[in-house]
Amino acid sequence: MSATTAAWLVLALPLAGTLIISLLWRFLPGRTAGWIGTAAIFGSFVFGVLALLDLQDHPEEERHLTSSLFSYVETAGVKADMGILVDPLSIFMVLVVTGVSSLIHLYSVAYMDSDAGYRRYFAYLNFFVFSMLVLVLGGNFVLLIVGWAFVGFASYALISYWYRRTTATRAGMKAFVINVVGDVALVLAAFLLFKDTGLLDFAGVFEEAHNVYTPNDGTLIAACLLLLIAACAKSAQIPLHTWLADAMEGPTPVSALIHAATMVTAGVYLIARMHPLFEFAPTAADIAAIVGLATLIMAATIALVVTDLKRIIAYSTISQIGYMIVGVSTFAHVAGLFHLMTHAFFKALLFMGAGSVISAMGVGGDASIDRMGGFRKAMPFTFITFLIGALALAAFPFTSGFFSKDAILAFNWERGGGYRIITILGFVAAVMTAMYAFRMVFRVFFGDPVPEARELEEGHVHHAEPHNPGTGEPEDTDVGYPGPDHAIAERTWPMKAAMSVLAVLSLIGGIALVPGVTKTLEHFLHPSFEESEFAEMVPSASTEWTFGAVGGVASLVGIALAYMIWMRRRGTTARLIDRFPAAHRFLANKWYWDELYDYGVVKPTAAFGNFGRTVIESRFVQDTIIGGAVGVVRVGTSFARSVQSGYLRAYALLLLIGMFGLALYFLIVSS
Amino acid sequence: MDITWYIVLSAFIFAIGVAGVLTRRNPLVILLCLELMLNAGNLALIGFSRMWGNGDGQVFALIVMVVAACEVTIGLGLIVALYRRRIPIDVDEVSELRG
Repeated sequence: MSATTAAWLVLALPLAGTLIISLLWRFLPGRTAGWIGTAAIFGSFVFGVLALLDLQDHPEEERHLTSSLFSYVETAGVKADMGILVDPLSIFMVLVVTGVSSLIHLYSVAYMDSDAGYRRYFAYLNFFVFSMLVLVLGGNFVLLIVGWAFVGFASYALISYWYRRTTATRAGMKAFVINVVGDVALVLAAFLLFKDTGLLDFAGVFEEAHNVYTPNDGTLIAACLLLLIAACAKSAQIPLHTWLADAMEGPTPVSALIHAATMVTAGVYLIARMHPLFEFAPTAADIAAIVGLATLIMAATIALVVTDLKRIIAYSTISQIGYMIVGVSTFAHVAGLFHLMTHAFFKALLFMGAGSVISAMGVGGDASIDRMGGFRKAMPFTFITFLIGALALAAFPFTSGFFSKDAILAFNWERGGGYRIITILGFVAAVMTAMYAFRMVFRVFFGDPVPEARELEEGHVHHAEPHNPGTGEPEDTDVGYPGPDHAIAERTWPMKAAMSVLAVLSLIGGIALVPGVTKTLEHFLHPSFEESEFAEMVPSASTEWTFGAVGGVASLVGIALAYMIWMRRRGTTARLIDRFPAAHRFLANKWYWDELYDYGVVKPTAAFGNFGRTVIESRFVQDTIIGGAVGVVRVGTSFARSVQSGYLRAYALLLLIGMFGLALYFLIVSS
Repeated sequence: MDITWYIVLSAFIFAIGVAGVLTRRNPLVILLCLELMLNAGNLALIGFSRMWGNGDGQVFALIVMVVAACEVTIGLGLIVALYRRRIPIDVDEVSELRG
């Protein structure tokens, strides 16, 4: 089977899964829908591997295969095929997306078991994977935009999945609106590039860009900045990051799939895919690196103080994607994508562990870590896997996150100059990363067991009243809300299986690129970045190990600090809050980004909308235009209306008067 | 006999019919008055026919009678329909079609 055929099948299976589940859901009893969805994505993964094997059989310079089903758009001057591009980068993304997705599907089979909307959930989930695959396999800007918008919609549908929760629907709308900002930017970027190059397919645009633009051309920088805005919206970077924390209203596996492992890495993929443009416009790339750096530091500080377990992981995601954006926009492509892969493993794992703990807290359970504690004995499996995830996140030596994060930072030191600032600040943020990672571990799993944990130790999962932890309103359990049974990893094998695989990958995922030992990933991705001027710029193994040592120390310092603050002297945070109330308020309110948008965008827009409704619509359109027209017609017809009295005699009289009038007229005329 | 008398009589009967149609409220009486007006017209037609000495006017008169018979049928049908719906037999009561 050729690589392109396999790639088409990779796309076809999730689409088939979506269609089957959404059309035949009435005939799918029990967990059937979940298994169909899981099988579709796993099949997709298998075809992804087949495509990989076939691609590796090609000589290195021929690993850019394109294939087109039919001509999608063809008018004067515009030509876009329904075509895919199969190269190492897209296959890498396909494997990460389908691999992690199939595990998350497997986890969901059990986790969502008693949810009233089980089949709707899997139809959405399969559609999401399909959209994501369109995004990464699309061979031209048209398909990229289609996939980009589909992914935004799928994310909206899944965040608002429990649609009777007002907080969930609001979060969904917020995510969708911010994503549309990115969609518009992407479309404008494509227009801008099309205007100058006249082409839409990636390879053509990149080649033509070198002919029509001069290096650092203003137009090219503008196009790259628009691409950056699109990436920021999807990947939750400053200033478009606010939706991701609210997106935690969705079911936890959704957070693992979309808001940690796959969708939010679309922006990283976009920049990696567009690297010929960014390398030709270094100013735009530097701005992207600054955005990534600012995001990774800001999100890490917020993750230190928020108390919602899922939101800590969400801010950690924002921060880690900051690393990836820094990586790909300083042209450490391989390192950035390597971090994308390892992050997908350990972040999905952390979310799965969080889901298990939240289940143990009861239905609609409070995800606040203030109410958790001591789950170590009650949930040994969850504890161990969560600990592995936290170690990888904290870049503990020889876990997967250790190799990937330090690769990015070592590369930036190697580039020298201002890029060394990135390395230094990156290590500062790494300390904070280790701190918040172990803050979660210590607060949730250590300390005195909370009542829910004691109940579980006695063999019974706590059942809380279904209520929305955000607003306190009672949940409508009839329309897709986790039903009476809530699944914890210790008791369901699908969850256990998915988490075990991810735990192993989080531990040993680093072997793909151990400095001085293995170069698997670098060799594999090389054809995609061979024309990059930074492709050969790889820090020497000794440099990498030096920075690895620094990273290891940073990680250990962070873990030690976390141990001091949240284990050894448990009152430390309270004392710190008392000492620095302003700083705490600033961080707990997430740097006031939400308030900024509220007062800067939402409120003015709402005021303008209100003005339009009360003044323009009601006064001008309704009263003036419509009311005026009605008035004119009413006055103009008042005589005609008064004649229509409804009395028979009046009509008869008018008839007679008319007749006599006519008779009189003819008499006068004839005489 | 002079044609004038016929015309004068016809005009009188027609005027009585008009007065009845315009003043009475009972639809039955209005129908009767309509008949009067039609028959006044018939009388004039017959009179003219006699004056000219041919049968054209009489043909018209016959046609008017047929039309009158149809009109009475419909009129009485309407009155029965009103009665069945327990609407007062009074033309002023059925004035919904006012503007």
